[in-house]
Amino acid sequence: MSTPKAPIEPMEGLCFRTRGLTKTYGKGAAEVQALRGVDLELPDGELVVVLGASGSGKSTFLNIIGGLDKATSGEVFFRGRDIGHASRQELTQYRRRNVGFVFQFYNLMPSLTAWENVALVTEIADNPLTPDAALEMVGLKERQSHFPAQMSGGEQQRVAIARAIAKQPSVLLCDEPTGALDSATGTRVLEALKTVNDTLNATTLIITHNAGVAAMADRVVIFADGAVREVKINTNPKNPKDITW
Amino acid sequence: MVGGGGLLSWLSVLDRKLWRDLWGMKTQALAIAFVIAGGVSVQLLSTGMLNSLQETRRAYYERYLLADIWAPVVRAPQALLSDIRGLDGVQAAETRIRAGALFDMPGMSEPASGEILSLPDIGLPSVNQLYLTRGRTPEVDRSDEVVVLESFATAHELQIGDTVAATIHGRRARLVIVGIGLSPEHVYTIAPGEIVPDDRLFGVMWMGRQALARAVDQDGAFNEAVVRLSHGASQAAVIAELDLLFEPFGAPGAYGRDEQISDVFVSSEIDQLRTMGNVLPPIFLLVAAFLVNIVISRLIAVQRAGIGLLKAFGYRDDEVGWHYMKLVAVIGLAGLLIGGGLGIWLGREMAIMYTQYYRFPFLVFNADPRTYAIVIAVTAAAILGGAAMAVRRAASLNPADAMTQPPPPDYSKAAGMGITRWHRIDQQTRMILRQIIRWPVRAALTVAGVAASGALLIGTMFFIDSMSVMMDGFFNVSNRYDVSVSFVQPRSRAAYHSIERMPGVLAAEPFRAASARLRHGNLEERAALIGSPPDPQLSRMVDAQYRTVSPPPGGLVLSQDLAIKLDVEAGDMLEIHIAEGRRPVLHVAVSAVTTTLIGSGAQMRIGDLNALLGEGDVVSGAYLIVDPDQVDTLYNALKSVPLVAGTGLQALAAQNLDDLMQQNLGTAIWIYTGFAGLIALGVIYNSVRISFAERQRELASLRVLGFTVADVSYILLGEVAFLTLLALPVGAAAGTGMAWYLAQAMSSELFRLPFVISLSTFGLAGALLIGITIGSSLLVRHQIQRLDMVAVLKTGE
Repeated sequence: MSTPKAPIEPMEGLCFRTRGLTKTYGKGAAEVQALRGVDLELPDGELVVVLGASGSGKSTFLNIIGGLDKATSGEVFFRGRDIGHASRQELTQYRRRNVGFVFQFYNLMPSLTAWENVALVTEIADNPLTPDAALEMVGLKERQSHFPAQMSGGEQQRVAIARAIAKQPSVLLCDEPTGALDSATGTRVLEALKTVNDTLNATTLIITHNAGVAAMADRVVIFADGAVREVKINTNPKNPKDITW
Repeated sequence: MVGGGGLLSWLSVLDRKLWRDLWGMKTQALAIAFVIAGGVSVQLLSTGMLNSLQETRRAYYERYLLADIWAPVVRAPQALLSDIRGLDGVQAAETRIRAGALFDMPGMSEPASGEILSLPDIGLPSVNQLYLTRGRTPEVDRSDEVVVLESFATAHELQIGDTVAATIHGRRARLVIVGIGLSPEHVYTIAPGEIVPDDRLFGVMWMGRQALARAVDQDGAFNEAVVRLSHGASQAAVIAELDLLFEPFGAPGAYGRDEQISDVFVSSEIDQLRTMGNVLPPIFLLVAAFLVNIVISRLIAVQRAGIGLLKAFGYRDDEVGWHYMKLVAVIGLAGLLIGGGLGIWLGREMAIMYTQYYRFPFLVFNADPRTYAIVIAVTAAAILGGAAMAVRRAASLNPADAMTQPPPPDYSKAAGMGITRWHRIDQQTRMILRQIIRWPVRAALTVAGVAASGALLIGTMFFIDSMSVMMDGFFNVSNRYDVSVSFVQPRSRAAYHSIERMPGVLAAEPFRAASARLRHGNLEERAALIGSPPDPQLSRMVDAQYRTVSPPPGGLVLSQDLAIKLDVEAGDMLEIHIAEGRRPVLHVAVSAVTTTLIGSGAQMRIGDLNALLGEGDVVSGAYLIVDPDQVDTLYNALKSVPLVAGTGLQALAAQNLDDLMQQNLGTAIWIYTGFAGLIALGVIYNSVRISFAERQRELASLRVLGFTVADVSYILLGEVAFLTLLALPVGAAAGTGMAWYLAQAMSSELFRLPFVISLSTFGLAGALLIGITIGSSLLVRHQIQRLDMVAVLKTGE
């Protein structure tokens, strides 16, 4: 973020801090309150697993801190910078420089090969990994010239992770990354995320329905009814291989 | 939301979905409807106008008894009429007197010329009746009463009771207007030798037979017979009989409607309408069919999940198919209605425009039921045919497949992908190229649609280029004089010199004209044989490269159209039957054949022609260059010279032609240009809009990855920009071909369209297409800005 006017909060060691974050969709009878005042602090470099039932507000929260959506009220700070009041252009720059996304449905460009999908991002990033290095990190070096149609779901998701990390983001946001995958494939995807978190030290948020995944987290945030119900610190995170789900 | 919620509750659930789908894609649907409307209205306009013009002409000629044959003669006794009526195949015949006249119109310095025709003293003529719009016909005992042709009356604001000063046969007369009317012989009124009508400068009047006979010394005689044929009679046979009958009385030869100047122009217009009608509407409807096909199949692809759901609920294949067919039908119906309304409105406007040049008692744009039936059938075939495949595909979708997320399209197997692996291009450009290579048919259809509209643009704007070259050739190269003067009869050199010495004349050139029949073998054509000085400067024949072609001593230069009709080439001998004076028969070698753009001609050296005619050193008139400051003085002087039969004013002719082009051609061209633009808009906008719908997910992903609106727009709009650029040369080539075809097809006896397309035509067509691409892109770019990243990414397809 490069907004000179934005107030800089002293946030030593914190990646995100939100205060009284609310988000309301619709109006009148159709009004839905997705977030009802979220106060949360997330330290740099942690692997955070966000749990919660459907409609608990976890995805809305992720979208707001990822710069895809704006809060109705409250404050969001990323490393001391106010992103809650950033313009659309500033949010685009924020996403381009700092955020890597991984979605349930991969969202790869079908017309580009694995390598090219990654290169799509490295071409516009400031200090990227090479596409080869990023693919290496997720174990897909040998599949680099395949098109999405020629890969399995798990492979496609790992390409999506390689694409997300290639820019060396400060933050990696994953919304149900294993939602469309079987458990063996899901484990490989989680391993890839863990490797990336360890290697790049990117603050990693994983949204999931799957409570078992929480075992690999440094911190577990549980959402309910649009608010944070509980935050648990995990002093001994497990390796994804050892998780049962 | 959709308007008319109350109305919706009357519809079945599926029809409500249809209505809402349509509402959701209203801009796209409208764009398709407009392309269909373009085809429908052009079709309706051209066939309807053709129909109206043909039908009106037929009815007018029939009701007002237009002659089938005109037989001019120098002077024949009235007693011959019973012989004419007795000829085999003659249903009705009249004799009459036709005389040239000059009119001195108040407030106008230019001399107006025209002709006066006789009317029977008692009763109506049985051939060539008048359509009186006001007043009455002349009384027998009044020698000064005339009926005036309406166009001339209107141009001079003449009213019943006004008087006009005229010079008939060298004598001055004051004529009183008692009637104003139209005649089937003068639907298109044009002075002899002119190329555009000028209602102010050329008039027609009708006088009582006795009065006119006395004025031109034709008592008890006539100088023209007009004949109507009985059903099934042979025109050629009757013409031959008439020529034989008139032989002793000095006859240049009888002719049919095909050589009657008014009908030649009307026929030429009808032919051109027919050609336009054959070429343009099919292009529009073909493009509309293409568009419907592309749009519907891609729309259905976008609606896959919805189709799966309908079928999962138990809707049958035919119900789903019918549902989408109805969607297409509604769009088609909208196109038909818009096009129908537009076509009828334009038809009415065009009919009004036509009546300014073609004087019918009435001309109502009226497309017959058959035309409507054809338009509806062709439109239905085009759009339903276009949609059939796509709809069948939709109906046969397996519901389970339709509802699952479709696998990403496979780009690995498309032919030609290799070139996109070139590592110097960026990924966005690579995506554009692969999109095109992966769906070559789709890309080709877009290129074809844009190219078709480019071709239409060039094919129609070509007329302006062609006409200006034609005009330039005619006025600035071929006929460089300001005024032409023709004498009542061939005169001595002294008469020519008296014209040459008139005030304001800067340069003069004599000419000799003799009406003649040219024969080669069994072929015969009537033409004016022109004698000109050895090195003519003011009026000359030029070839296609605008080089002067002068007849060599003793030789004859023939225009190409005459050469083709007579099947002669340079070197062949022509038999020339001179139709005046001593009526000699000459044998002259054709020394050269040359292309003339307007009219036709046969030219010799004036000395050679006079020697062959044996009438001494005479001239028929002169071409003059005039001092612009002294034109009025010259005009006034010319009006008072009895030997002058008529004058032609080039500057006015050029102006008139220009006006005619601006108005008639200009309007038609703007109509067609507008429609061509509509096609381009329909193709380009739909192509971008559907690409957007199909690729929303990709585009949203890119936005999430941090690509700006401009980056994303490049990927989406780059494709259509690339295809438009690809279409430009294709359209230019197709337009050139179309222009070439139209130049051939629209050339007539009256003029030949040179095949010329200016760079600015190509430029304008290209600029228009690029402009439309930019406009469509801006419309869609607006949607990219509003793209909801979250909504798109959270869902499966």
